[in-house]
Amino acid sequence: MTTHITHEEDAHHAHHGHSHGHEAGHGSMKSYMTGFILSVILTAVPFWLVMGDVFQSKAVTVALIMAFAVVQIIVHMIYFLHMNSRSEGGWTLLALIFTIVLVVIALSGSLWVMHHLNANMMPVSPDMMRNAP
Amino acid sequence: MSSTPLDTKGEPVFYLKEDHHPENSTLLGFWLYLMSDCLIFAVLFATYAVLGRNYAAGPSPADLFDLTLVAINTAMLLFSSITYGFAMLAMEKNNKKATLGWLAITGIFGLAFLFLELYEFHHLILEGAGPNRSAFLSAFFTLVGTHGLHVTFGCIWLVTLMVQVSLHGLIPENRRRLMCLSMFWHFLDVVWIGVFSLVYLIGVVG
Repeated sequence: MTTHITHEEDAHHAHHGHSHGHEAGHGSMKSYMTGFILSVILTAVPFWLVMGDVFQSKAVTVALIMAFAVVQIIVHMIYFLHMNSRSEGGWTLLALIFTIVLVVIALSGSLWVMHHLNANMMPVSPDMMRNAP
Repeated sequence: MSSTPLDTKGEPVFYLKEDHHPENSTLLGFWLYLMSDCLIFAVLFATYAVLGRNYAAGPSPADLFDLTLVAINTAMLLFSSITYGFAMLAMEKNNKKATLGWLAITGIFGLAFLFLELYEFHHLILEGAGPNRSAFLSAFFTLVGTHGLHVTFGCIWLVTLMVQVSLHGLIPENRRRLMCLSMFWHFLDVVWIGVFSLVYLIGVVG
């Protein structure tokens, strides 16, 4: 009976120590291996899609590559960078969300604006090219 | 002051319970640095996305990129990520020798990645597909080169920390530094996911 209590106390202490210490940088063998195996799969499949010419449609291949990339980035964030809503009182997650918002604005905004610029350019004929100053 | 309530032992009782403060905010600060670095890469990705199809009658990604080489390169970086993870696990077990060993293996994978990337760049430039050939190649060399530069500095940092750990052991300062480099290293792997997906794979698909 006494050993039982000690064990329980030990477990409680271990658990407490874990949540008490630094949340960032903590990982177990299991979580690293899970992340690694998932990453290998998520890397191998898109390479296989392109190198093996699996789909005829380019749009389907591109969409799948993007989807796999997004999932793999999330896997890396969780299993390698130990991202969670608790570390540093949630500030790391908040900074990450803010950065993602900025990245999305920068990427989609650039593509949108530049696409419109290209689409609205005056068409240049070979004759105009030849007489260009 | 006399109005501060006292408990039975005469100790003052405070009702404002603060959350537990982290010992230091280095890791949060480093995370913020990584997020700002992320913005640098976002701008370079946006540049590549806009200019990536302006070939100036020059070679296109399908003509240039050797996906087998890129796959090997990706494997190098992925292996270096997991071996760095093993180094962190060894560090948590206070095993200095194993930590140094895994760090050395990580460094070798990092150097192999850099070697293959430099080989690719050298090959491209010899083929006449240098950064001055077209807007696509300028954007490509800037984006992939910036990532490679980060890996270079990561390797230098890794060697520095190996010297520090072997001299002073796994003291709290070195643990903190190893945690920062861990975040940096895994972050570079995350950026590489974007590079091989957007630049190489989608480039070759067309």
